[in-house]
Amino acid sequence: MSDLRTPLARARGLGSARDGLHHWWAQRLTAIALIPLVVWFAISLVMLSGADYDIARAWIGSPLVMVLLILTIAVGLHHGQLGLQVVIEDYVHGDGWKLALIVAVRFVAVVFGLAAIVAILRIGFGG
Amino acid sequence: MSVANRPVHRPLSPHLQVYRPQLTSVLSILHRATGIALSVGALYLATWVIYAAASPKAYALFQSFNMSIAGRIVLGGWLFCAFYHLCNGIRHLFWDAGYGFELKDAYRSGWIVVAVSAIATAVSWIVGLRLV
Repeated sequence: MSDLRTPLARARGLGSARDGLHHWWAQRLTAIALIPLVVWFAISLVMLSGADYDIARAWIGSPLVMVLLILTIAVGLHHGQLGLQVVIEDYVHGDGWKLALIVAVRFVAVVFGLAAIVAILRIGFGG
Repeated sequence: MSVANRPVHRPLSPHLQVYRPQLTSVLSILHRATGIALSVGALYLATWVIYAAASPKAYALFQSFNMSIAGRIVLGGWLFCAFYHLCNGIRHLFWDAGYGFELKDAYRSGWIVVAVSAIATAVSWIVGLRLV
């Protein structure tokens, strides 16, 4: 028997979205990518936490830093969003609240990520 | 004592309120807590580059908070969360690959995570404070 669900359950279409493996795999891939990125970013953060305007912009706008910063922000926010989704699914039990919070987390991550990437490109390309 | 009256020692599910904390469970909870803190902190750090792109005045405003005691605590706390979540995340990746499940190994890797993240945090705080 390949399907244990009743015909009614199948018709309603609820249950597993068959998305679990992709989520699990994406969380691990982003985790591996973040190992070198976070080490680099943490060292940079310590070195630059007191930097003035010109030093900070010169650093952000150099080509290698631009690439690494955009990678760190995009991969980091994606990883964070995947993790927060699991936390929400574990502790928020009402379907409506659960969905609303997961959607809100994704929206916030995309808005902040895009704003940060645009800011980095603007500094780098002299906007 | 009859069979029916004999106390059964079945494993209990961990009710956190009455459960004695162990290294393994504390580190597991801390992994989630630091993950949530890092996500919120990532938004704060994203605003750093946004302010740097905006104007010298906006950036100076942001840096004045960064350099305050509250700002130092936020940055220092974020660094601790990053180092801890990084080290314990690598421990999780080893588990995902099927290694280190023996109780002895789980405790040993747990203490390594505590030691490495404590040292990295201390170094980053000392170096960071000296630069300020």
